[in-house]
Amino acid sequence: MATPSLELETGSGAIAGSGEQGKAGRWRGWVIPLGALLFWWFVSRHVVAGHGMMTSPAQVLHTAIDQARSGALRRALSASLARELTGFTLGASLGLVLGALLGVSPFANRLIGPSFNAFKQVSLFAWIPLISVWFGLGDVAKVVFLSLAALVPVVALTSDGIRAVSPALLDVARVFRYSKLQTVRYVVLPAALPSIFTGIYLALIYSWLATLGAEYLLVAGSGIGNTLVDGSEQFRMDLVVFGVIVIGVTGWALNALAHAIQQRWFRDPAA
Amino acid sequence: MATVSVSRTSELNLHHVSKRFAGDDHTLPVLDRIDLSVKSGEFVAIVGASGCGKSTLLRLIAGLDDQFDSDIEFGGERIRTTDLARGIVFQDHRLFPWLNVEQNIAVALKNSGRSKEEKRRAVAEHIALVGLKGYEGHHPHQLSGGMAQRVAIARGLVNRPKLLLLDEPFGALDALTRSRLQNELRRIWEREQITMILVTHDVDEAVFLADRVVVMQARPGRIGKVVKVGLQRPRSRSDAAFVRLRDEILADFSVPHDAAAVA
Repeated sequence: MATPSLELETGSGAIAGSGEQGKAGRWRGWVIPLGALLFWWFVSRHVVAGHGMMTSPAQVLHTAIDQARSGALRRALSASLARELTGFTLGASLGLVLGALLGVSPFANRLIGPSFNAFKQVSLFAWIPLISVWFGLGDVAKVVFLSLAALVPVVALTSDGIRAVSPALLDVARVFRYSKLQTVRYVVLPAALPSIFTGIYLALIYSWLATLGAEYLLVAGSGIGNTLVDGSEQFRMDLVVFGVIVIGVTGWALNALAHAIQQRWFRDPAA
Repeated sequence: MATVSVSRTSELNLHHVSKRFAGDDHTLPVLDRIDLSVKSGEFVAIVGASGCGKSTLLRLIAGLDDQFDSDIEFGGERIRTTDLARGIVFQDHRLFPWLNVEQNIAVALKNSGRSKEEKRRAVAEHIALVGLKGYEGHHPHQLSGGMAQRVAIARGLVNRPKLLLLDEPFGALDALTRSRLQNELRRIWEREQITMILVTHDVDEAVFLADRVVVMQARPGRIGKVVKVGLQRPRSRSDAAFVRLRDEILADFSVPHDAAAVA
């Protein structure tokens, strides 16, 4: 009996800001972060004060202000975001073309499909040694890596979305004598759009995660991942924690942006 | 005379139509030597238990399936593929969820060769015909089942087909909505004077609407008998002649079941 009432609560929380319950649900989300912050503050001040592996919230705030003032934050973040957007755009565009091809053409699917599915199973990070040998440790290597991260979900969800178009709707296109091109343009693509957007959405998130991975593993140049590396090498935990927070907030912002775009233009009307 | 030539060119003739589904080790006969002629402007209902192949037959007439033996002729020409002169309304409305009511009806006119203005007018006329004025901008998920089916009927009619095929169009609706839409379909048929073939498992619906009721038997799908409904329209379901006809058809319906029970 506990499960249904739990679902009910989550459901009302999901309808953000609608009525008292929604607001109460939103508040509950802050309990753990604020509690953790309080705990952290308490431990850093009273339990392990002055220990090199620990830093305090005040110290992190100080570092944050410092990084923002000196322009280091802007440099690192803009380098990372530029990389992320380049890799995402390249990977997602290529993914759309490849995914559409796999979805529309049974021949292409038989030819490329199995190879792609095998490729998909290999962890992206396994390509890093090859990428670094072929492309070095600079921006080109990183962008290649990010493009791969963005490519995979877009190809998979675009081709799946296209193949999942209901035969019932394709019947309608035949009844009204749609040409192949008309069928793709007016039936297949609109029907697959929600799935295609989910692929692009995942690509944005994956490529941001991959940005950090690339900066961490292909260490050259600047970026928010390099801030993490610097922090850990210099044993500056305040810098590491600051970096983690920036990464989290950026990821959250990208997520919110993609969500807003989806709500505005790609909402599945049946949902 | 124009009417004579129209009636000759939109006659439907099925001659010994058979179809098999290819199975693993044997082929399953779905339709067995169906012979049927439908005159222009006639309303024919095809009834039968599920699995008797009545929907399959309708798909063949629509041109959605060309894997069958022998000929189906419409207007003196052999049916090979779909044609705007033959419209179809499916049981599930099959509207495009991303388009609104107006756009969903316009879907049918894409290859009609009409001008933009003519298309706009035809869509507006057909929205009025099915009583959906004011709902032009609604999307399918905002409509009730009955309203969505009205849109599907409008979409099926907007090309002014000579023949409209209806595949259990009211099968998924509640009783009240169903009887209202049956009345509307009768009104539309009388007004538009087009040939209609309705596939249904509802004998009541068949007797209420059709000039002739074709009863199909299952395994393999074949025509059992054809009952002429000579009653005047609009028909009353409680009329003695109506009830007699319905019971006669229902009795025929249950024959294969009884035979199976005995055997």
